Amino acid sequence: MSTLSERILGAPAGTYVDREVDLAFAHDGTGVLAREALRDMGVENLPHPERLRLIFDHIIPANTGMTAALQTELRGYARSSGIALTDAGGGICHQVMSEGPVRPGMVVVGADSHSCTLGAFGAFATGVGATDMAAIWASGATWFRVPETIAVRLRGDLAGAAEPKDIALTYVSKLGMEGATYRALEFVGDGAAGISMDGRLTLCNMAVETGAKTGMFYADAATVGYLAEHGASVSPWIPEDCRYEREVDIDLSGIVPLVAVPHRVDTIREVEAVAGTQIDQVFVGTCTNGRYEDLARFAEIVRGKKVAVRTLVIPASRAVLARAIATGVLAEIVDAGCMVAPPGCGPCLGAHMGVLGEGEVCLSTANRNFKNRMGVGGEIYLSSAATAAASALAGEIAVPEVA
Amino acid sequence: MQGEGPAICLGSDIDTDQIIAGRYLRTKDRSVWAAHLLEDLDPTIVGRARGAVIVAGRNMGCGSSREQAVVALREAGVVGVVAPSFARIFFRNAINVGLPVIEAPVSSCTDGARVVFDLDAGWVKVDGERYPARPLSAKMVAILRAGGLVPYWRSRL
Ligand code: SF4
Repeated sequence: MSTLSERILGAPAGTYVDREVDLAFAHDGTGVLAREALRDMGVENLPHPERLRLIFDHIIPANTGMTAALQTELRGYARSSGIALTDAGGGICHQVMSEGPVRPGMVVVGADSHSCTLGAFGAFATGVGATDMAAIWASGATWFRVPETIAVRLRGDLAGAAEPKDIALTYVSKLGMEGATYRALEFVGDGAAGISMDGRLTLCNMAVETGAKTGMFYADAATVGYLAEHGASVSPWIPEDCRYEREVDIDLSGIVPLVAVPHRVDTIREVEAVAGTQIDQVFVGTCTNGRYEDLARFAEIVRGKKVAVRTLVIPASRAVLARAIATGVLAEIVDAGCMVAPPGCGPCLGAHMGVLGEGEVCLSTANRNFKNRMGVGGEIYLSSAATAAASALAGEIAVPEVA
Repeated sequence: MQGEGPAICLGSDIDTDQIIAGRYLRTKDRSVWAAHLLEDLDPTIVGRARGAVIVAGRNMGCGSSREQAVVALREAGVVGVVAPSFARIFFRNAINVGLPVIEAPVSSCTDGARVVFDLDAGWVKVDGERYPARPLSAKMVAILRAGGLVPYWRSRL
């Protein structure tokens, strides 16, 4: 009778295990440091390059000569070491991984804190730093403390204009920014089945904002169906009775559109309560809400209208971009007056392309609104793509219409 | 593993963006990270960091996995970080670069207070007040003792 983490890691909560890693990935930021650490370790040959991925997403295309040089070096290393590289424009690492090799029951480690995103497949997926990643490159394994688990029990279905992002903001605010530190979250309950894979990725993505090591869904019919579309045949996992450290109950039918207000992700307000707040920029994208469903929902609201404020839309991956082109969603977004930038992290981490100036306010679909994150003196509100669309049209925070 | 130094007190939920901002990440030059340590929070910290012990509130190091945060602290000369709780990636990263992290229920801190810690014995003292420190796993102790994961690895080759 075990939690998902205990089943996958094969040991009870609280124990330390050394575990082979099925998939490991790093991006242009952490990959550079991992390469350095590997060189310092004196390791030449990698035992399992086929399990490794490098994905350039954080600062793409390169913004300075320095960035370009670092990326060139890492590109060369990928070639010589046999690590598969998704170069600039392929998408955000978590999204790219979600479109490919992740399977239920795998141990997946990314050199990025939002690697918990991939728990949406029922994998044990977590983030580490660059030196840990170097050791994984060198050995194919790493150590874990098997986490205790908090169940987030979802009941009923979303109604009105609420989206999976609003569920994510709800549980983050209920748990708080350190409410699940060292723990795993399991999203369970009858409400889980009705959430799409895109929505599950959004929910798992924000687990780390509560301090959690990972957030997970059981692989069910939706997971099996999604993976079948991506050419993989897997079986669902049946939940066992198990001991959760605690449970958080969320009635999905009662959720309304929400925003996290500056500068804490666990401080949320109903959109209605802050409607009218002036904004300078809207940003739709990131590993939280740059997926196809987000772009489609955004387009549905702005279709045939014009945005009243600088609006930047960044698809989370090339596949998302291609689909948005094929379905006409992208044309609607462009016609509405939005800027579209190449798939990647964009201004999420405040490094380039959409950085905020002193006193500027951004409504973003990202996962973090830390002080100064998108630029010194900037303020960040976090919302769903629907709220972002309504607000872009209004030029101020606004409540989205019902789909 | 022991250490001591004057305290630099920080609040709760200090995220890694505050420790080292995203705009300084695109370099491999560690001295750049050290020079901008905690700059947006308090630009005077970097001048006081050498030989000091950071005493933070809960959830120290939350946010991104950027290892530059712990490298910046170490390169700036910080001898240890004490907090009632840490974000897990920050905690792992600190051990991996050989920066002692002491999880202890320290409830008050004044800048400059004398901090002494002994990770083997499992305690930290802030201005004479003694707090128990949460023990590390055997593997974490071995990595820390080696000076980080890179030297730990080299020593096992
Ligand atoms: S989109 Fe933002 S949160 Fe996601 S991986 Fe990129 S920088 Fe990190």
